[in-house]
Amino acid sequence: MHFEFKVEGGNFSRAGFPSSEVKKRLKQLNVDGSVIKRTVVALYEAEVNIVAHAYSGVISVDIDAGKIIITLADEGPGIPDIRKAMEIGYSTATPEVREMGFGAGMGLSNMNSNADKLEITSEVGKGTTVVITNYFHE
Amino acid sequence: MNVSQLAEKLGLEIYGGAKGLDQEITGGYTSDLLSDVMGHARAGSIWITLQTHKNVMAIASLKELAAVVIVKGYLPEEDMLEQSNIEGIPVLGTHEEAFEISGKTYKLLHKK
Ligand SMILES: Nc1ncnc2c1ncn2[C@@H]1O[C@H](COP(=O)(O)OP(=O)(O)OP(=O)(O)O)[C@@H](O)[C@H]1O
Ligand SMILES: [Mg+2]
Repeated sequence: MHFEFKVEGGNFSRAGFPSSEVKKRLKQLNVDGSVIKRTVVALYEAEVNIVAHAYSGVISVDIDAGKIIITLADEGPGIPDIRKAMEIGYSTATPEVREMGFGAGMGLSNMNSNADKLEITSEVGKGTTVVITNYFHE
Repeated sequence: MNVSQLAEKLGLEIYGGAKGLDQEITGGYTSDLLSDVMGHARAGSIWITLQTHKNVMAIASLKELAAVVIVKGYLPEEDMLEQSNIEGIPVLGTHEEAFEISGKTYKLLHKK
């Protein structure tokens, strides 16, 4: 099963829609509840990072019998130092974004602990690609 | 204890999401940082916060929280309320600060 979502930078009002769609599909497929919970946390954080930090992006979701692979590719400023960005508390979020309660610098850490496999590649000035893989069985 | 019992005991306003008032409360989490809640709140908890926008409901729904309590008399934005009604997750309110309402909620939930 394959489906896609477009993400618009700066538009917080739609944030969360892809996660709730993925949640529905995984429930229909009777995927284990704890796998669903982890997947939507990782996806939501990755989506909000596009909204908060990039200009636009596409989320591609692939589901087969054993796993879900979510690829989030954005056009944006990129991440100069991914290891530093992963540190809890590191954030370049704007004051407006922080006022909403985003920008704690915890999103990447949440993605890391809720994805079985997390791959981040980024090119400064071009964009960032995040791939989240979660397996349905141990 | 369910959401409507808690609302009654603590005199909370009920702004929306009435469909979810029967939901059992199994714990609570107090934070204004959305990623903190995303990472650490447990399903069935009530979320005590001063945030009043729609993204709060997206997180409450994804995390399967029981209800949101807005502190200090702040009012939920219109699209937050709309989402609360769609999801059936109650948005409640109090004039108290997070410290007070968290303490009272904790006491109620841990009473034998
Ligand atoms: N898609 C992205 N494009 C550009 N920069 C990014 C992207 N994702 C993350 N970053 C950078 O990494 C930093 C840390 O990201 P992280 O998600 O951990 O925290 P945050 O988004 O700042 O705050 P929070 O997620 O807690 O709301 C961001 O502040 C930003 O500088
Ligand atoms: Mg983030």
